[in-house]
Amino acid sequence: MRDIPTLIIGAGQAGLAMSHCLSQRSIEHVLLERGQVANSWRTERWDSLRLLTPNWQSRLPGFTYTGDQPDGFRTMPQTIEFLSGYAQKIDAPVETQTTVLSVEQLPSGYLVKTDRGDWTCRSVLIASGACNIGNIPSCAADLPASVTSLSPLTYRNPDQLPDGNVLVVGASATGVQLASELQRSGRQVTLATGEHVRVPRTYRGRDIKWWMDQTGIMDMTLAEVDDINRARHVPSLQLIGSPTQETISLNSLQALGVQIAGRVMGVMGAEVQFSGSLPNVCSLADLKMNRLLKQIDEWIETQAPEGITEPAYRLRETLVPREPILRLNLQQAGIETVIWATGFKPDYSWLNVPVITPRGELRHKGGVVDAPGMYVLGLPFLRRRKSSLIDGVGDDARDLADHLSHYLKGTLAAAA
Amino acid sequence: MTQTPTAPEQLNGVNVAALLGARQALENAPEAAEFTWKATSEWKDGAHTRMEMNGFFGLGEEHKRSKTFTIDSDHPEVFAATDVAPTPVEIVLSGLAGCLMAGIASVAENRGIKLRSVKASLEGDMNLYGILGVDSNVRNGFRSVRVSYDIDADASDEDIAALVAQSQKRSAVFDIITNPTNVFVTVD
Repeated sequence: MRDIPTLIIGAGQAGLAMSHCLSQRSIEHVLLERGQVANSWRTERWDSLRLLTPNWQSRLPGFTYTGDQPDGFRTMPQTIEFLSGYAQKIDAPVETQTTVLSVEQLPSGYLVKTDRGDWTCRSVLIASGACNIGNIPSCAADLPASVTSLSPLTYRNPDQLPDGNVLVVGASATGVQLASELQRSGRQVTLATGEHVRVPRTYRGRDIKWWMDQTGIMDMTLAEVDDINRARHVPSLQLIGSPTQETISLNSLQALGVQIAGRVMGVMGAEVQFSGSLPNVCSLADLKMNRLLKQIDEWIETQAPEGITEPAYRLRETLVPREPILRLNLQQAGIETVIWATGFKPDYSWLNVPVITPRGELRHKGGVVDAPGMYVLGLPFLRRRKSSLIDGVGDDARDLADHLSHYLKGTLAAAA
Repeated sequence: MTQTPTAPEQLNGVNVAALLGARQALENAPEAAEFTWKATSEWKDGAHTRMEMNGFFGLGEEHKRSKTFTIDSDHPEVFAATDVAPTPVEIVLSGLAGCLMAGIASVAENRGIKLRSVKASLEGDMNLYGILGVDSNVRNGFRSVRVSYDIDADASDEDIAALVAQSQKRSAVFDIITNPTNVFVTVD
């Protein structure tokens, strides 16, 4: 049994950022990593995926992009290389190939059991990610046995799929990218679309992520939003990272031949049922996008940044089929694969501490978990809108490292 | 219910503070949020039927309404009926209209938008081959429903569009019409 002040579970961007912040504060710690550094990026992503944020937008504590393509989008190998480079640069004490089996509360800290020995620690940071398990609706179990049902976590490329057509469920970042790739592979794709967030890749000559960064949208904190729960569950932006800065949308997908339908509401035999709310979810997304573009226009007006020459414009509204389909017989439509791009959730099955809500979420305030000395990093809107991004985890890590440091020194009350 | 002295003046006659308070209270009491709505019906003659509504279950107990509300339904003369009341499908359309309208008023109140006039026209398309059993590929119900608004309010076109979109997002009847529902029918 080894003992250490702090354990970090997971060596992705969140764990590494915290490792750096703890080292700066001379707090001894170890990162427990089930695989290698950046494990999820290595093992749970499809082949063609590039990050949705430009290269420059990866400002980690003590590390950032220094290459000559700041506006490019990293491939997965480049992402792995970047995070491995960070781990090396900060000399992160990572125990690789070490899977945490359980975490239990002790009177003075935690007992962390792994498949390579047990640890005790006074404080623990959960940095195991927000996207461990596909959040797949229960009706997936009603699909005919002949249909291949896949989570994006196990999708790699079109060649892996049966030859037939595909139903992609969910039109956020993952769903629109997979719909595009699979339609281009020669299959007829149907894309089931609930509420989604539409944005152009670029606007008035700059990347949308640059605008959201410059205007302060990404820096918004918990105190600045009306409804934290809603902010934490906003679907991912419809974006693709491509060398040509391509804008992906329901319009671009329909131009490729993708058929769009409403949200999947049920499966009856070979038939999938869709909601009739497609026109409204498209209208909601268009209105929301236009509010964002207006916010950018107003910011340009008041800040007058240099080099912005393009005038304001609006994108064409989402084209909704005249009579969107409400039912689809999978057999008749030749659909052999359904991909559930319906979001992800974290896996806390190893956490034997009563800090999990009935919804399966951690009970925490801005990353300070409701158990002494326990913290979490890297969840959507943990403390800021940017919290779940490589670029955003640093500010949260600094805040929580301060809190953790006071906790270990017994000076929390004084700090508060 | 006691009136808080600082309650802002209502623009559209919707007590948003009470609605938001109820939402907060129900988030902490999930079982109180389980409601069961009720109606009874009795056949009169021909297609003529009378529905009565007086009571629902919610907040953990049965509730009575201020009185017993009735709605009659019948079929029009072209269906060889007595035409003394609207058809059930028209009542469905009116239910959608009422639900969306209540949503528009509430959302407008919450967003500080004063409504001067809101009017909606509704249409539902139906092919009678369905209910007549002529073609089993034709559904009985509406193929599509259209709602068209005429709104006069202190707000921009975008804000009015957002109001209309949000009212659909939060509407029970919109959901009932756009999404499948299990229906269980028994004879006692």
